[in-house]
Parts: sequence; C-alpha cells; structure tokens
Amino acid sequence: MGILGWTIVWVGLSFALYIFVAWRSRVADTKGFYVAGMGVPPIFNGMATAADWMSAASFISMAGLISFLGYPGAYYLMGWTGGYVLLSLLLAPYLRKFGKYTVPDFVGDRYYSDSARLVAAVCAIFVSFTYVAGQMRGVGIVFSRFLEVDINTGVIIGMCIVFIYAALGGMKGITWTQVCQYCVLIVAYLIPAIGISMIVTGVPIPQIGFGSTITGDGAYAGKMLLDTLNVIARDLGFVEYTKTFATTNTNMLNVFCITFALMVGTAGLPHVIIRFYTVPTVRAARLSGGFALLFIAILYTTAPAVAAFARFNMVETLNEVSYEHRPEWYKNWEKAGLIAWVDYNGDGKIQYRNGKAFIGRPVFTGKKGKFGEPLVANKPPKVQKKYPLTPQKYPDGKAVPQVANELYIDRDIMVLASPEIGGLPPWVVGLVAAGGLAAALSTAAGLLLVVASSISHDLYYRVVNRKASEKQRLLVGRIMIGVAVACAGYFGIHPPAFVAQVVAFAFGLAASSFFPIIVLGIFTKSATREGAICGMLAGIIFTAIYIINAKFMGGANWFLGITPEGIGTVGMILNFIVTIVVSSFTKAPPAEVQEIVENVRVPRGAGEATDH
Amino acid sequence: MAKDVKEYWRKNIRLMTILLAIWFVVGYVCGIFIVEPLNTIRLGGFPLGFWFAQQGSIYVFVVLIFVYCALMKKLDKEYDVDE
Repeated sequence: MGILGWTIVWVGLSFALYIFVAWRSRVADTKGFYVAGMGVPPIFNGMATAADWMSAASFISMAGLISFLGYPGAYYLMGWTGGYVLLSLLLAPYLRKFGKYTVPDFVGDRYYSDSARLVAAVCAIFVSFTYVAGQMRGVGIVFSRFLEVDINTGVIIGMCIVFIYAALGGMKGITWTQVCQYCVLIVAYLIPAIGISMIVTGVPIPQIGFGSTITGDGAYAGKMLLDTLNVIARDLGFVEYTKTFATTNTNMLNVFCITFALMVGTAGLPHVIIRFYTVPTVRAARLSGGFALLFIAILYTTAPAVAAFARFNMVETLNEVSYEHRPEWYKNWEKAGLIAWVDYNGDGKIQYRNGKAFIGRPVFTGKKGKFGEPLVANKPPKVQKKYPLTPQKYPDGKAVPQVANELYIDRDIMVLASPEIGGLPPWVVGLVAAGGLAAALSTAAGLLLVVASSISHDLYYRVVNRKASEKQRLLVGRIMIGVAVACAGYFGIHPPAFVAQVVAFAFGLAASSFFPIIVLGIFTKSATREGAICGMLAGIIFTAIYIINAKFMGGANWFLGITPEGIGTVGMILNFIVTIVVSSFTKAPPAEVQEIVENVRVPRGAGEATDH
Repeated sequence: MAKDVKEYWRKNIRLMTILLAIWFVVGYVCGIFIVEPLNTIRLGGFPLGFWFAQQGSIYVFVVLIFVYCALMKKLDKEYDVDE
C-alpha cells in the first residue's frame, strides 16, 4: 500500500474514532455543554488542554520555523510552554474556585460591571476567530497534499466533522475527542522524529540525538550535529545555527519581549483558560496545568530536535545535487507548490544559499525549463547576494564559484516531508497527515466553543435574555457553534491575506487585555471597575495601534525597536500600571466583591458551578 | 480562622514568588540574558545556553508546576482548607 492508501486508512480511522467518542459523550444540559459537567479527571484534562493548545501551527509549522531561525526559535519554545507556569500558579486554581462558565463571567462579576463583561466577551470572540481561520486553512492544506482533494473540499470536510462533535457534545464531546486527538498527534509526531533521529545520529531519543554525533559514512560522520549545522550555515552564507541575537529583530530585547508576550498571551487565551473550569476541584485545576505542560513538553522538546535533523537532511540531500537526480520527496512537494528551483547559473544543480530565490510564493507558468523543472513567473529579488561573498580559492588554486540561492522552500515542508526526507516507510508518512488534522481540528473545536459560549452565554443569556430556559440556551449554543463553524470555514476557503499577521494580534491582545486584570482581580482587593476598564482599553488600544501601524501601514517599530510580535509585553505592563493607578483614586470595590476575592483564595468549597 | 486564612495566603504567595523566581532565572536569565557566556560551556553536543533555551527551560517549567501542586496540597491540609 502506498502513501495515499495509508493516509486514507489513518485519517478515516481517526475520524471514525472522533465521531464515536462524540456520540458517546453527547450532552443534554448547559453545564455539560459549557464546562463538561466539571467531571474531567486532571490527567485527561491535561491531554485535552495539550491538544486544545497545540494547533496546526505547533504541529506543522513550528519545527520548520525553528530550523530556519536556529537559536531565536527558542521564543516559540519557551513562550508557548512557560505560559503554563503562570497559568497554573496565578490563574487556574482561582478561576476554578470562582466556578463560572467563561472568562467574561469572571471579569464581569469581579469588576461588578456589564461593560467590563462586554469588553471581555468581544476580546474573547476576536482572539478566537483570529485563530480559528488559520486552523481551517491548515485542515485544507493537509487534505490537499495528502489526500489529493481540493483545498476547499478539505475545509468543508473538516467543518462538518467539527460541527458534528462540537454541537453534539459541547465541551464534554470536545474534551473526550481532544483526549483521542492528543494521542493521535503525539504518536504521529514522535514516530517520524524517532526514526529520523536514528537515521541521523543512531540515538533513538530525539532530545538526546540532537546533541550527539552524526553517524554513517558521509562527510560529516563523527562530528557533533549542532557544530555541523554551524559549519554548514557559515559555508552557505546563513547565520550560524546556535548564534544568538544576530539581527535587530532577534536582539536580546526582542527575544525577551516576544518570549514574554507569548507566555502571557498563552496564559490569557480564553480557550485555554476555559479548560480549567472542567475539572472537579481546585487541586485538580493545579494538577491539570502540570499534566497539560508535561504532554505539551513531549512535543515541544522534540520539535527543536526535528528542526535540527530536518535542516541537516535538507542541505545534505539537496544542495549541489543535480536537478535530474533530485530525491523522490522533492517531486511530491514540487507538485504541491511548496518547493521550487530556478537555475540562475545554468549548471543544472540545485544551489542552496542564504537569501530569497525570488519574490513571493512560486507561481508556475506551466512551461518546463532545460532540465525539466517547472518554470516560475516570479521575479528574482532586487539584490541577489552571491556566496562566498569575497572571492576565494581552493587549495589547488582554482577559484571557488560564487553562486546565489536558487531554492525556494516552504518552511512547513520541514515537518510534513521529514519522514519522506528521512526515508521512512509509507505508513509513517500517512500518519503525519492524521496527526496534522488532529492538531488542527482539536484547536478549532476548542476555539469555536469559546466563540459560541461568548455569544450564547455572555451576550445572549447574560445581557439579552436573562429568562431563557435551559433548553433555549442549549439550542442557542448549538446554533452559535453552527454559525461559528460556517464563518470559520468561509475564512478557511477565502483566507484574508493577513492571517499570518493577525496571529501576533491574538497573542498581543490576550496578553495586554485579560492577563493583567485577572491577576489583579485575584491578588488585590483594591482593583476597581474603573481601573480594570481603563487598563484593558489602554492595553488593547496601545497594542492594536502599534501592531496595525507596523504590520499594515508599514510604520517603524518606534518603541525601542520592539517588533509587533513582542509589543504585547509593553501593552501588558501599561495595562497593569493604568489599572493600579486608576484604582488608587476611584471608590473601592463593594464589600460583596471583596468577599468574592477572599473566597477564591481558599480551595475548600469549590463544588458546583453556578451560572447566575 | 480569619488569621489562619491570612497566613495560608501569605505562605501561598511566598511559595509562588520562589517558584516564579526560578521560572524567571531558568527561562529568561539562563535562556536569554546570559546565554552567550553559558554557550562557552558545553553539555555533550550542546552549548549550555542554547540547551537551556531550547530544552532545559521546558523541563524545569514542568517540574515547577508539579512541585507547586505537591506543596500546595500539603499547605491546604495544614490550614484545613483542602477539599
């Protein structure tokens, strides 16, 4: 059986499993629908949180990003894991004790204000939507590459699956399918990683193999992998792999700010926070933070290893190889438009160097070149550097040819194609497709539930119709899931050009809006309604203006040169300062609010959730 | 009782502060601020600073949460606020 056959088997089996699990855990009340009846054991909540959190970006894109970034890739690794320490120590136990259904619930009650509730609900909807569009697109891409169907068909299939299990089982259905999805995605990530680690270094544990010597009889056999990557990078004109703070976008201040914004943003993301409402006790909330990070860490410590192996393998199998002898995997991904070659020096060999091969993503003209390569319509970059930059001579006196980069590679290939690059069997390649789909679908479902609950619970029930019956509310919740799925699918099929840019937005917004006021709401009794509203607005407006100016208007990074990805850190600090200052000269919160604060600090009595 | 709860809260804050200090030192100090001097030390095939940034910090983060859970479980019992 070939790659396609195995892919159909794995994807089909995993989808059948999700539907079966959803059917078994269908719900009939709002408590089940919003917070899974609060009966999820911590270890399973940890798995569900891990799947909820790890999106198509973590599974497909992260290792590729790291393999091109080298050391600064650490901001993704630390940023997207360290946030769980903040979450488990500063937020989760107290929000669980508070015991409502959503994040805006806490904000509205603690700050005794429906305006604050409204601001929080709108932020939650915006942050989640930003994210979900990217997930649906990810589903489409996996379908189109691995199952040879149209991207749009892929998006629609994904939408139907998510709708079935989210509408049927609400949070309960999502939780138990996420548990299954975690198992699928982690197996799909680890098997190829272990296989490649064995091939490159002979060590079966990628986390260790990544710091070991290269095996085999190639030119680099017996040398340390990371040292070799540095040598290769130097030779090809790239920044050394382990080099720190090489560019202005990766100077120390920016690496710090981006890491911090990602951490705080993670801790402030509503679809992650909401998972901690589903456990039975405060202790379980703390513990599930630990399990969640443990399960996430399994993938996140493997990713940098995969990044290093993939980078080594890619250069080894492509650079200076003649196009006619290009490997089989290259042909597959060329068809998908994720890799392209332009023979600038006319020698028929692929030269891989630093710099862009051409401007933008490849647009094939349909014609073939001299060596049978599909020609692209893209223009070459304005400045084309040739390496080595200064003329050099071989020991025998001949000049070293100076060449420009000829290869376009989409970073996502690093994970999607790594089993093929490493020469693993077809059943492993097919597994990667099922894993990518599990990662994208689990995150999409979690986000869609936040959107649906923000609309049906925080807006409809809390603001519009306080007398709605249980049945009505459940129906509205299900309809909202349907509406949200349809919108997300629309954005998946017609992706707005700015999807990549708005991810910075989602984190910046979560960091600069929710995190400070939730922390202050728990750890001080003096934070007031006025303080919180001013703080949230100050944080969001500053962050939003900075990102829009830098990303969409082409403005400069005027604040200390901090990039838009890291500006959430500054927005968060601003929010803290404004909230504290305004609170200090407004009327102290009423006694019953101070009581709420006293109450959330003590674990005992975290029984039933209430929705009133 | 009220005094006990205050003391419980103070101890919780102290524990949190210590753990978050470790979180900061491992992630930000070792992984970012002093990564260059640390990189002159080797841990097997890894420059040490690079290892902290891409591996070590994550392991420590996991341990920190479990330590917090365990110590808080004890503290909850001690002050009779457990569930």
